[in-house]
Amino acid sequence: MPSVFTHEFNTPVYKGKISFDTGLFINGQFVDGSDGTTIDVVNPTDGKVITSVSEGTPKDVDLAVDAAEKAFETTWGLNCPGNKRGLLLNKLAALMEEHTDELAALEALDNGKTFNIARHGDVSAAIDCIRYFAGWADKISGRVMETSEEKFTYTRHEPIGVVGQIIPWNFPLVMFAWKIGPALATGNTVVLKPSEITPLTAIRMCHLAQEAGFPPGVLNVVTGYGSTVGSAISSHMRIHKVAFTGSTLVGRKIMEAAAKSNLKNVTLELGGKSPNIIFDDADLEQAVHWAMLGVFFNQGQCCIAGSRIFVQEGIYDEFLKRFTEKSRSIKVGDPFTPDTFQGPQVSKIQYERVMGYIESGKKEGAKVHIGGERHGSDGYYIQPTIFLDTNPDMRIVKEEIFGPVSVVIKFKDEEDVVRQANDTVYGLAAAVFTKDVKRAIATAHKLKAGTVWVNCYGLANPNTPFGGYKQSGIGREMGEYALANYTEVKAVNVNLGLKMM
Amino acid sequence: MDQTARITIPATGQIVEIPTGLFINNEFVSSVDSQERIQVVNPATEDIICSVVAGSEKDIDAAVAAARAAFSTTWGKNVTGFERSRLLNKLADLIERDSQVLAEIESLNNGKPVRIARDFDIGDSIQCLRYYAGWADKIVGQTIEVNNKTKIAFTRHEPIGVCGQIIPWNYPINMWAWKVAPALACGCTIVMKPSELTPLTALVLSKLIAEAGFPPGVVNTIPSLGPVGGAALSRHMDVDKVAFTGSTTTGRKIMEAAAKSNLKKACHTREVSLELGGKSPHIIFESADLDQAANWACLGILYNTGQDCTAGSRLYVQDTIYDKFLHLLVEKAKQLVIGDGFDEKSGGGPVVSKAQYDKVWSYIESGKSQGAELVLGGKKRPGKGYFVDPTIFTNVTRDMRIVQDEIFGPVLSVGRFKTEQEAIALANDTSYGLGAGLHSADASQCMRVSSALEAGTVWVNQYNILGNNVPFGGKKQSGIGRELGSYALEEYTEVKAVHWNFGEQAEWPL
Repeated sequence: MPSVFTHEFNTPVYKGKISFDTGLFINGQFVDGSDGTTIDVVNPTDGKVITSVSEGTPKDVDLAVDAAEKAFETTWGLNCPGNKRGLLLNKLAALMEEHTDELAALEALDNGKTFNIARHGDVSAAIDCIRYFAGWADKISGRVMETSEEKFTYTRHEPIGVVGQIIPWNFPLVMFAWKIGPALATGNTVVLKPSEITPLTAIRMCHLAQEAGFPPGVLNVVTGYGSTVGSAISSHMRIHKVAFTGSTLVGRKIMEAAAKSNLKNVTLELGGKSPNIIFDDADLEQAVHWAMLGVFFNQGQCCIAGSRIFVQEGIYDEFLKRFTEKSRSIKVGDPFTPDTFQGPQVSKIQYERVMGYIESGKKEGAKVHIGGERHGSDGYYIQPTIFLDTNPDMRIVKEEIFGPVSVVIKFKDEEDVVRQANDTVYGLAAAVFTKDVKRAIATAHKLKAGTVWVNCYGLANPNTPFGGYKQSGIGREMGEYALANYTEVKAVNVNLGLKMM
Repeated sequence: MDQTARITIPATGQIVEIPTGLFINNEFVSSVDSQERIQVVNPATEDIICSVVAGSEKDIDAAVAAARAAFSTTWGKNVTGFERSRLLNKLADLIERDSQVLAEIESLNNGKPVRIARDFDIGDSIQCLRYYAGWADKIVGQTIEVNNKTKIAFTRHEPIGVCGQIIPWNYPINMWAWKVAPALACGCTIVMKPSELTPLTALVLSKLIAEAGFPPGVVNTIPSLGPVGGAALSRHMDVDKVAFTGSTTTGRKIMEAAAKSNLKKACHTREVSLELGGKSPHIIFESADLDQAANWACLGILYNTGQDCTAGSRLYVQDTIYDKFLHLLVEKAKQLVIGDGFDEKSGGGPVVSKAQYDKVWSYIESGKSQGAELVLGGKKRPGKGYFVDPTIFTNVTRDMRIVQDEIFGPVLSVGRFKTEQEAIALANDTSYGLGAGLHSADASQCMRVSSALEAGTVWVNQYNILGNNVPFGGKKQSGIGRELGSYALEEYTEVKAVHWNFGEQAEWPL
């Protein structure tokens, strides 16, 4: 019997009780893992165990694939018309809306992000995403090429079948929605592995999906570790597509496993070291505000974090002064306190990783301008940190830190900064701040990044594609572009009258 | 004056409240300058159900002004696609909630069976609204490479603006949904003129528009006589587009008025026949599954008591299977029960009005007098109600009125042919081109014939079944433009090209 997670929230921002099964969700039921083992879920504010969830194994992945295949062949796939799939997704979105506060509280408890941000940001964005893709479900059209009396040639955009999806811990609910939205809308069935660090909202979503009426086997969630469950998914012979969001390091492993198993189609959303470029003529106050959000939002745990802030010489001093003041004013603390902006890092391992980068920065000779130390003595809190006087070879300039650590770099001119900005193996995002629209557009076009923001940072919408250049990833999520990730094109050539001689 | 009628549904004894005023800015109001009322008649009993305000030209002005104000402030480019999507989905949910009572009102006013109104007309309408709710946040333009060093060019697909929409009486709710859904999804505002024969459900749906939360002025409803309200909309200088479903005759007038006023975009699909009309051919080849084809042929002419723009009213049967097929057809046609809409047994109701009833009978009489052979029907029923039973003529010739004109009733003309070429020629011998059907087991023939038929919709081995995501419209004199599917979005958006220079210096003088 899977355990039941019961928790009473009694906080200044949320009061409520939750209670739900925390088993694997396979074929419409909550079940134990085949080995009967569990994974502890830890509260990052104090390191204590919140609850434990069932641990999946490769055998459970097999069971999930069995269920997903059966559903695809009977109650889902093209056996379920698009408008019905859309209706179910809209029902799920309505249930998410009904349970907004609960989902936000779970997310904040599990991940450490603040309740207010989870509620107004994460949950809201996840609902919008599901609704957006619900609207696509009955609009998956092919094309017609030839309609002569000899030949009828057309394409079908068919669902792939059973798709594997592996999501990270930084935006657990949003990432869940970004993955299942397009996959289910196009008629695929899903075997999804949430991060073992943050499984709770994924499991709660399974309860909502059950309530919404998705047939058993359409959505399956197997909690477990990357090296077991994740690996089983990426090398599974009956999963024909895997979509992964996470580190570049793991992304490589997944691509390798895909190649070695059945050449399954792979889309990857990986890391970044995104440049935020602030020209002399930027609206300085706005630039400071966006820069702060760009690097410190979500405890710095964003793939798109604007972690390299390039500031033109003319405004460098003024920018630094204001940016420092703003960063110093960040309230770091408990996620369930009303005015907290920054919570703890998600786990001990992540905390140690980020602190390790800070140490390396100090060792390699960069100057700590503010921060650089642990915040408080309990939990995984880190002070918002600004490094100056860096050089391009330093690890803190080259590698993705994934914490509240920014690097501010002075630059001379456009050509210089574009070269520096593009000098990275990554290419996820970038930003340009300037009042000169000519410069903004020209620079935006030169940056090798999948998303470029002009005079803002981090804004995303379900209708706008998202993804990376270079080692930041393969493929695009969101918008109409996402549909291509989950459909297979079949060309049908019907001979109506050609005879062989 | 109280703008509500309290109506008792005869079959259930339930009392429903129906707004009877003009719907402007989310409120029901009296006419600005007129005391005229429209009497709304129950075609099954010939009794008056109630009366509603008859809008005048000044009322149309007021409605257009409200729609324009909303377009400039709370709708149009001022509302996001996400919000439009949310509201359309909300509207669909409300219609679903009220589908039983809406079906009963529709049946009372139009005559169609309650169960068909609920499960088909309203069921399809709900899906139509949800379908376009899904498009609302997906209206995208293109970016176009001109010169990467100097400029970007892109298109915006902007809402056209204030749309006049004029709908017919044969599928009041469904035609309302087909018009309202894509227009709102694209960000347009609406002045809707429902048919003066069937205004009730449009008024009840207006209540739901307000309940769903659409801002005032986004949808306005003005029941009115065609020559008054319809004409006023088509020549109005502040209406950007008129969308019309109805007779070709009226369609011409609307297009003319549009041209003479502000060159507004006029798009119409023909529906009702008053004099000339559509006459969709239905061809049965010898390899067809005869039993199935006979079912589809019956559906094609008898569904909605033949009051369908795509009614398969000219049936052409290949010589070799003629006798067998005709026998099947007549037997199946006899099985349809035409009766009161509130009787569960009814598969069809009365025709909608006295005028239509007289018109259909005059065609039946002309068929007899011009020498066609009557193999089914042709006898008037005694008693009240505009009931016309299934009527089938054979031995028809090209010049007969029943073969040339649209009857818009359950009256079928059956002809015969020898060769495929002959069938195609017979089928295309009309100035209309809305629908067509063919039945054959030969795929090559299906492709050849569907290619040759001059119609906007061709059914192969079925008839009459539409989909919200499949476009619909006519060739030749059956119409301009397409409704349904992604194609409808083009009817309600205007493309603006933006050339944004960021690097090209103008050389002057030349």
